[in-house]
Amino acid sequence: MARITLNGRPIETADGALMIDVAKEAGIHIPHYCYHPALGNPGNCRMCLVEVQGAPKLQPACRLKAVDGMVVRTDSPAVQAAQAGALELHLVNHPLDCPVCDQSGECGLQDYYMTIGRYKSGVAEDKRHMAKRKPIGPHVMLDQERCLWCTRCTRFLANVVKTAELGIFGRGHGQVVDLAPGKVLDNPYSGNVVDICPVGALTDRDFRYKVRAWYLESVDSVCPGCSRGCGVQVHTSTKRPWHNEGRRVARLKPRYNPEVNGHWICDEGRYSYKTLDQDRLGKVLRLRPAPAGLSAVGTELSWDAAWKEIAGRAGELMADKGAGGLAVIASGALSNEDWRSFKKLFVDSWKVVQFLFAPEPDQVGPEDSLLRRKEKVPNLKGGEALGFGTEFRSMSWDALARSIEAGRIWGLYVVDRDVAGVWGPAAAGLLGRLDFVVFQGPFKGGTGDLAHYRLPSTAYVEEEGSFTNFEGRLQRYAKALAPLGAALPDWEIFEGILARHRAGKGEAL
Amino acid sequence: MITVRTVERPPRDLAVQVFLLEVVKGLGVTYRHFFVNLWRHLLGLAGGRPAGSPPAAAWGGSPRGRASRPPSGRALAARGAVTVQYPEEPAVLGRRARTRHRLLKRPDGAPRCTSCLLCETVCPARCIRITAEDSPDPGIEKRARTFEIDMGLCVFCGHCVEACPVDAIRMDTGDMELPALHRREMIWDMKALMEDS
Ligand code: SF4
Ligand code: SF4
Ligand code: SF4
Ligand code: SF4
Repeated sequence: MARITLNGRPIETADGALMIDVAKEAGIHIPHYCYHPALGNPGNCRMCLVEVQGAPKLQPACRLKAVDGMVVRTDSPAVQAAQAGALELHLVNHPLDCPVCDQSGECGLQDYYMTIGRYKSGVAEDKRHMAKRKPIGPHVMLDQERCLWCTRCTRFLANVVKTAELGIFGRGHGQVVDLAPGKVLDNPYSGNVVDICPVGALTDRDFRYKVRAWYLESVDSVCPGCSRGCGVQVHTSTKRPWHNEGRRVARLKPRYNPEVNGHWICDEGRYSYKTLDQDRLGKVLRLRPAPAGLSAVGTELSWDAAWKEIAGRAGELMADKGAGGLAVIASGALSNEDWRSFKKLFVDSWKVVQFLFAPEPDQVGPEDSLLRRKEKVPNLKGGEALGFGTEFRSMSWDALARSIEAGRIWGLYVVDRDVAGVWGPAAAGLLGRLDFVVFQGPFKGGTGDLAHYRLPSTAYVEEEGSFTNFEGRLQRYAKALAPLGAALPDWEIFEGILARHRAGKGEAL
Repeated sequence: MITVRTVERPPRDLAVQVFLLEVVKGLGVTYRHFFVNLWRHLLGLAGGRPAGSPPAAAWGGSPRGRASRPPSGRALAARGAVTVQYPEEPAVLGRRARTRHRLLKRPDGAPRCTSCLLCETVCPARCIRITAEDSPDPGIEKRARTFEIDMGLCVFCGHCVEACPVDAIRMDTGDMELPALHRREMIWDMKALMEDS
């Protein structure tokens, strides 16, 4: 335990805690570029200098360890002069092309310049010119002029991803950040360097020029890209539809969660936003499967009518042929709320026994020891908590296909799963043998066209709910956008059918 | 500092309430203007001082061109008042009048706009729509791909001109006659906005 005095305030902290962290805890922001809690403290940017009583010189707060009795000031004239001087040196070669810089509005240089800038520079020399707009990987663009050589990006790539694509070359006036010879920045976590770069030296090629930072609105969410469930912020831009090519989600940014993802997210998750508004289902349709080669003919229904028809038709067929002939295909993309209503409808009410929800083969992908998990759906654990995977087993796609061929299955209810993608050209033939096919999901796809009913559901950014990640950690996500078209959350669709089913049987709701 | 000053209402006594006195006072103002102007015009006819404002064209003002030199306030006061028969007669514009925008060009003819979106951000009418792209010139990072101003929404506040860091947009065309037969035609695109630069 160390008792220190920070700006005149007595503070108790752990012995040896870094002063920059202690100050942050106490609500005092000490300017810094190179220090990052996950990447260490090289102390090269000289922005975090503070005054320690008894020390002959100012000390960098990111390397200063708290010792009992220490008296520290972060706001003395000497500190302010030193920080203004350091900032002036950072700006010696900085182009200050903020009007065209994508970082503008969320830039470390801009922020500190406004608060501690010297405003009148003593530097009369011309600025150094270097490569601008240099693509260094599929996702990242480098502007060498804007770099502060804080080495955050190189430390991240060397120590966290351990691929070391970027390095600082040269010294002094010739110092420059660049790709290591023969390398390209295309590791699965490359997008994170954009987040940690305090300036606009590293920008996101997908986000570049699309939306200005100050137009964005942010909502806390959870990435549905795999069973890790990394914390993300969904940044949306809806007021100016001509931006961002009409997409409503402008980008996903990692949300710090020390228990799950720390400061990072993977590129797969980060860029998953791009298809969110693409090929979406918006109408509730009853489809008449068309002869091969022609597209299905649809009649638009209200939700109420669709629910009644589906509940009625399923009820008839179940009475006629038995509930054992109805199979339900779902996935770990359902939220906990969805799983609950799913169980109420299919298990408790319809007594379905044939389920398919295992992620193989269409919902698995690469995994690694940093964040990415093999199952590319967020909430298999949430289903497991209700018995899906323990009490109720998932059948395999092959077994299901065999059952359909053998005529043991008369109906199929598909929740957001690409049947046509898994079975390929055989899918049309297999589904054609069934009396009752419902497809429910946010996106258009091969399966939706083969169904008798096509129900639009919301994407995760259009609903609130919770996912349980692979470790069993329950995380809530918030609603960022209004649903497109008539889309409803999955649980609401299940509940709608359930209510009509019970009403049809004369049961109390 | 902002302070609040309470102003007493003037008493509504009988003289105010019957209006008669107020009507007579108002007529007095009207007649004063009439006779003062009549006197000045008569003086002008007699060859003394200028009678009325010369037509706008005489000082270079025209609805499509910039007004070059409007008469000063004192000169106007000494003349008899004149009603300008706009639109039959061209309107007289002050030198700093804010009229339809134009986009300026670089020496090579490319738009000067860097597509920073500051004008779009500041615009209170949200009538500017810009999308950006990479410039083919490696020395220039970003340029406008599309630039549209909806003149039907613009309130001609001039904030966009103030906001522009590169002086790419000006409101000095002198053009303020922007009617069209359809709302769509009131949206000026980049090509149209660059025509008079
Ligand atoms: S990095 Fe920051 S200071 Fe530099 S040009 Fe971009 S916004 Fe401006
Ligand atoms: S590119 Fe950005 S993160 Fe990397 S050293 Fe330069 S300023 Fe720091
Ligand atoms: S004059 Fe005002 S309203 Fe019109 S485009 Fe400019 S900023 Fe917008
Ligand atoms: S403020 Fe100027 S440079 Fe920026 S977008 Fe508008 S016209 Fe272009």
